[in-house]
Amino acid sequence: MLQIRGLAASINEKPILRGIDLTVPAGEVHAIMGPNGSGKSTLGYVLSGREDYVVTAGTVTFNGVDLLGMKPEERAAAGVFLAFQAPIELPGVNNANFLRTALNAIRRSHGESELDAVQFLKLARAEAKRLAMPDDMLRRNVNVGFSGGEKKRNEVLQMAILRPKLAILDETDSGLDIDALKIVADGVNALRGPDFSALVITHHQRLLDHLVPNRVHVLAQGRIVRSGGPDLARDLEKSGYAGLVPEAA
Amino acid sequence: MNAPVSLGAAGFLARYDAARHLLSGDPSVRDAAAEAFRRSGLPGGTSARRPEAWKYTSLRPIAETALQSLADDRDVSALLARVPALDSPLVVFVDGRFRADLSNPPAGFSTFAKQPEFGDLARPDRDPMTALNTMLAEDGARLRIAAGGDAGVVRLVSLATGAETLHPRHVLHLEPGARLTVLDVSIGDGTYLHNPVTEAHVGADAHLIHVRLQDESADAFHLATLYVDVAAAGTYDGFTLNLGGRLTRAEFHVGLTGAAAVAHLNGAQLLTGTQHADFTSVVRHAEPHGTSRQTVRNVLAGRSRGVFQGRIEVARGAQKTDGYQMNQALLLSPDAEIDSKPELEIFADDVKCSHGATVGELDAEQLFYLRSRGIPDQEARALLVRAFLQEGLDDVTDARIHAIMEASVQGWWDRQSAQAITERANATKAVGA
Repeated sequence: MLQIRGLAASINEKPILRGIDLTVPAGEVHAIMGPNGSGKSTLGYVLSGREDYVVTAGTVTFNGVDLLGMKPEERAAAGVFLAFQAPIELPGVNNANFLRTALNAIRRSHGESELDAVQFLKLARAEAKRLAMPDDMLRRNVNVGFSGGEKKRNEVLQMAILRPKLAILDETDSGLDIDALKIVADGVNALRGPDFSALVITHHQRLLDHLVPNRVHVLAQGRIVRSGGPDLARDLEKSGYAGLVPEAA
Repeated sequence: MNAPVSLGAAGFLARYDAARHLLSGDPSVRDAAAEAFRRSGLPGGTSARRPEAWKYTSLRPIAETALQSLADDRDVSALLARVPALDSPLVVFVDGRFRADLSNPPAGFSTFAKQPEFGDLARPDRDPMTALNTMLAEDGARLRIAAGGDAGVVRLVSLATGAETLHPRHVLHLEPGARLTVLDVSIGDGTYLHNPVTEAHVGADAHLIHVRLQDESADAFHLATLYVDVAAAGTYDGFTLNLGGRLTRAEFHVGLTGAAAVAHLNGAQLLTGTQHADFTSVVRHAEPHGTSRQTVRNVLAGRSRGVFQGRIEVARGAQKTDGYQMNQALLLSPDAEIDSKPELEIFADDVKCSHGATVGELDAEQLFYLRSRGIPDQEARALLVRAFLQEGLDDVTDARIHAIMEASVQGWWDRQSAQAITERANATKAVGA
């Protein structure tokens, strides 16, 4: 599904990613772990097309097409979804309208008919209920006045409604209590299937107990320095990143 | 169709001299106003220096434009159809004249034509457009709400179809404890000057909500001057939505003359092309514990220009005054311009007053967030502009009127075509890149 080869990227001419090689086959969930500042969030942003990051080398193909040549909205239409580490507040934008606009834009790009407000609300309410979100979160402005946990759940709600092929979850577990964590993990697990892959960026083994990855990768200083099975995450929980991270120059 | 006329100050004065003997009301008031107007002229209308109050807005275009009245007795049904539907009393002025046949006035309504009194708040000696209005006013709404009464919503509508100039004189009078919501709508066709002067007296504990919807013809000049007096614990809650007109100004003079009086002077302006819109206000806190709140939002596309002049004056005895003003502008084009001049003049020592201004383009992070969800760039930009306005409209708390304002913004949006606006926004981005 996702093939990353030699990917290097910088922001404000400062290199962050220094040659990433990563393959996520269809149907698999891969975890990305690593110390702060190793480039985990940058990887998520570069894959979803944020324009202030400049790709300086490498290729990314997504289901056989060149992802890096696509605009952010085209990537979303193709099935890429980034759950933001710090979801953006949109004062004056009603959450339900936002979600419907997004869903209909994606449906339009696939030549599908748009959902009207009634059809959409039925879908959104059902998904919100599954995520144990109060109905009024659909009526409120996007992420405005949401608690940290509500913002993260709102990201998962968007994912559940937009049904991406590749979900990139950037520390979606941080700031969640254990119940919310299970809800988030269940939300991702519900999408798991042969046509769905996920990159789960996390600091904690905790999430991976509920959302068991096929592979775990350790990112340090812009490179993947170690890959392994689910056990790797448990080892890291005990030993930390010492020994994996090259000494700072 | 009548021949177009250009009316500089001299033209207006000649018109006054010709009509003087026909005009009702106290001739000495009109003569004094004419004398003041003779001295001031149209601000910027001649090479004479412009007063500070008109620093950013010149009325020279009025003097240089051929105002053209359309045929007399035109069918007003098309304009009437644009009057917001609401189950409420309706007062309609066509070309500045009250039209009983089109109206359903509330109790306590009369007209300036019947009672030509100029009121005691307006300052023709100081304000040139008020002088002009005082010279030439022929009609207007007079509405008095009895003590403790709740008059609900009244629609006050100006339709311009046939006249070159309209100088209506409106007076709203809320006795103590009275409540009233006025939806004040200006629409029209053609090239004309609409120069309304409105006085609002808000009695003790009375509550006036005044929502102004300015959706004049694209070639029109709209210069509204409003004088408001708020007595103890009374509230004037004003909101202005500026959509139409070529050159427009809303000028407020608000006196909080009783303790714990409240004034809200919020607004939103959506400008495109070469539109110029000026939002000017002076709020004077004369007594303690008063509150004034003002947030004006500007969306500026094309080569449009927005002006904000806000002044809060706090008298020596007006302790515990709480004053706030904010001007926010979203520039969608490199050629759009905002001029912002907030001022505080404080003579009391125990007050809380603040002001500020923001000018910016659309937020890049918000834009990326929307696009990352599949919303195309132009649609995302349009959505963010609407959101910026939506926050302003939320100052209108009456749900029915809020819906009317939203529909008006939608209508504006449909007319302008979001495409053109977002294309200009892209041009901005290219310059910034």
